[in-house]
Amino acid sequence: MGNICGLNEMGIGERAVVETLRVHGSMRRRLLDIGLIQGTNVECVGRSPLGDPAAYLIRGAVIAIRETDCRDVLVRRDS
Amino acid sequence: MEITELPTDFAAVVKSADKTVALAGNPNVGKSTIFNALTGLHQHTGNWPGKTVSTACGEFESKEFSYALVDLPGTYSLLAHSQEEEVARNFICFCPQDAAVVVCDATCLERSLNLALQVMEICPNTLICVNLLDEAKRRGISVNLERLAEDLGVPVVGTSAHDKKSLNTLTEKLDELCAGLSRTNPRKLQYIQPIEQAISIVEPSLRKRFGERVSTRFAALRLIDGDSSMTERLGEFYGENPLEIPEIADCVERAKAILAANEITADALKDKIVSNLIQNAEEAARTAIERSNEQKSSRADKILTHKFLAFPIMIAALMVIFWITIVGANYPSQWLSAGLSWVGDRLTDFMSFLSAPWWLSGILVDGAYRVLAWVVSVMLPPMAIFFPLFTLLEDLGYLPRVAYNLDKPFCKCKACGKQSLTMCMGFGCNAAGIVGCRIIDSPREKLIAMLTNVFVPCNGRFPMIITLISLFIVSGIGVSSGFAASVLSAAILTVVILLGIMMTFLVSRILSATLLKGEPSSFTLELPPFRKPQIGTILVRSLLDRTVFVLGRAAAVAAPAGAIIWILANVSIGGAPILNYITDFLDPFAQIVGMDGVILTAFLLGLPANEIVIPLIAMMYTQTGALTEIASAQMLELFTANGWTVVTAVCVIIFTLMHFPCSTSLLTIKKESGSVKWAVLAAVIPTICGLLLCAVITGVARIIRM
Repeated sequence: MGNICGLNEMGIGERAVVETLRVHGSMRRRLLDIGLIQGTNVECVGRSPLGDPAAYLIRGAVIAIRETDCRDVLVRRDS
Repeated sequence: MEITELPTDFAAVVKSADKTVALAGNPNVGKSTIFNALTGLHQHTGNWPGKTVSTACGEFESKEFSYALVDLPGTYSLLAHSQEEEVARNFICFCPQDAAVVVCDATCLERSLNLALQVMEICPNTLICVNLLDEAKRRGISVNLERLAEDLGVPVVGTSAHDKKSLNTLTEKLDELCAGLSRTNPRKLQYIQPIEQAISIVEPSLRKRFGERVSTRFAALRLIDGDSSMTERLGEFYGENPLEIPEIADCVERAKAILAANEITADALKDKIVSNLIQNAEEAARTAIERSNEQKSSRADKILTHKFLAFPIMIAALMVIFWITIVGANYPSQWLSAGLSWVGDRLTDFMSFLSAPWWLSGILVDGAYRVLAWVVSVMLPPMAIFFPLFTLLEDLGYLPRVAYNLDKPFCKCKACGKQSLTMCMGFGCNAAGIVGCRIIDSPREKLIAMLTNVFVPCNGRFPMIITLISLFIVSGIGVSSGFAASVLSAAILTVVILLGIMMTFLVSRILSATLLKGEPSSFTLELPPFRKPQIGTILVRSLLDRTVFVLGRAAAVAAPAGAIIWILANVSIGGAPILNYITDFLDPFAQIVGMDGVILTAFLLGLPANEIVIPLIAMMYTQTGALTEIASAQMLELFTANGWTVVTAVCVIIFTLMHFPCSTSLLTIKKESGSVKWAVLAAVIPTICGLLLCAVITGVARIIRM
């Protein structure tokens, strides 16, 4: 079994599965809109030149999310 | 037929057509390409009532029917979190349409189906159009259209932008659907038992009272979900608020009690509705998609967002665009200006043939016409080059990468990374950039982006900055002509623009700490795959939508402004033209900031269009009372004779970059922000910045000289 961490802790090329969303309000809606629900596969595909935001492959689309917003998305790393 | 939901311009189109079809889809799926291919140039754009969302409506003919096609705003969902989603949902829900077409992205089918399922839930007569099939094929994804149609229970058509035949199939299937020849049985979104039970309590009460004029299942779930915007709109549609009818309100309460008994809170309900949608979309996509090999992040992305290469590439791209614009616009500008000036001479001849009084010929020809001709010849060529180049970058998908690269500095200034996109639009036209600020969700960040947009020089100010750079700075350095001069001009221009960008950051940060206090809101940004741009569409779209639009608006103010300027310059009080009193009045103040009264007056009179500032200065120096064509060598001589130095030129360049935006931009800010206050601030902030910087430069220059 993999270990649980924040989405922001994923390295480039790493894959994980979403465990829980600890965000509320508008950010939660936005994450749901892009299809980030429990059980969704994500892969970190890159990082912006200044280090933040990072880009994630979510359900076939590449989405950039800021580090502060990623922290509350808990994922289970593929091991 | 109730069409109150539509922009007024569309109502007539919808009425005259046999069938009305809504075109929905996610952003970036080639929806506008399909819209353009179907409707050609028969398009009308309009704003939705009470909303700052503009879309287009077009007409086309098929073998069977004439269609009115309403292009809804691109959205990912109909759950109405944003104005775009609300507009799209309201249209599909409340405007009687014969069919809805949902454009899906074959390379990202799952997310497209998320929207398609929501549309199908409201409008059973839905046609799914799977677009970008060729691109999906290139990326190793093939879509089984038959299986998708079977799974969704609605007709499915595959299209690719380069394949005109696929569009014929689309219209054929649409004909069948609208004629009632193809039966649909849309895949139903089945919720968990307590939610289904709750719906089954509310739905019959709605149907009993109002009938099935809108999807009662959809409406019932929104009432239970507590969606206030939908409840309000339902109330308008039905003529009475459903929650004020005791039987219905009672059912809603009972439904909520059932959910509560099953420990489904309001938030959990929303989550379950969305998760259910996503899972359905995932399932449908899984049955239809066959992958061979999937290619994820492209090599281009690795370079364009590379740690060290990203910023040099962005600056280089900016420089190349400016260089092409400067070099390319030169000759057409001269031809246009020569041609229009010839026409002006004939107009003067015509006036004297009519023996019109001198003042009438002055106001109309020397005032209104000459200023208009000037604006057109200076503005048209650079715009006709810049806008297609900009649209090319947009179509390639480079602009979201710019926002991605620049988000961190904007976030540090407590603003939104998408502000960089509105700045890019501002290079074409600040008013266009200000309208573009709609893409920013947070109202606070949107206002910051609107107030600082003027710090990027628009196409109206470019020629002016370029003229001054090449006349006073480049030739001052000793490079007089040819390739080296044009490269040096572009380099200096880039420095000027970087200064504007730095001011944008600075002012954004200051605003975030003072007037628009707050923390950056959360942000998600899609990085769509790079696409091969469609040159034909780019030309049509950028020339029609942007160039002609902006030019038309500039011309509309240039002509009357020209007439007023002529009056000010030619009507004398006490022996001197009115204009002289204004310039004399402003002169002492202007000297402090390194300019003179004439220059400041020209900026004030140039409020309607910045293009006329330089010709106005020339007119006032020569005291001719009309704008006349002068060659650059003469201009250098004239300006130097009137006391211009390199310092004057630098101050004028800086003030051009930082002063009150043109009247069109100011009006746009007032309209978009809904308040005069922000428009006034948008004028005051850059003017103060510009004046301060000019005063410092002048002061330093004087100290050095002493």
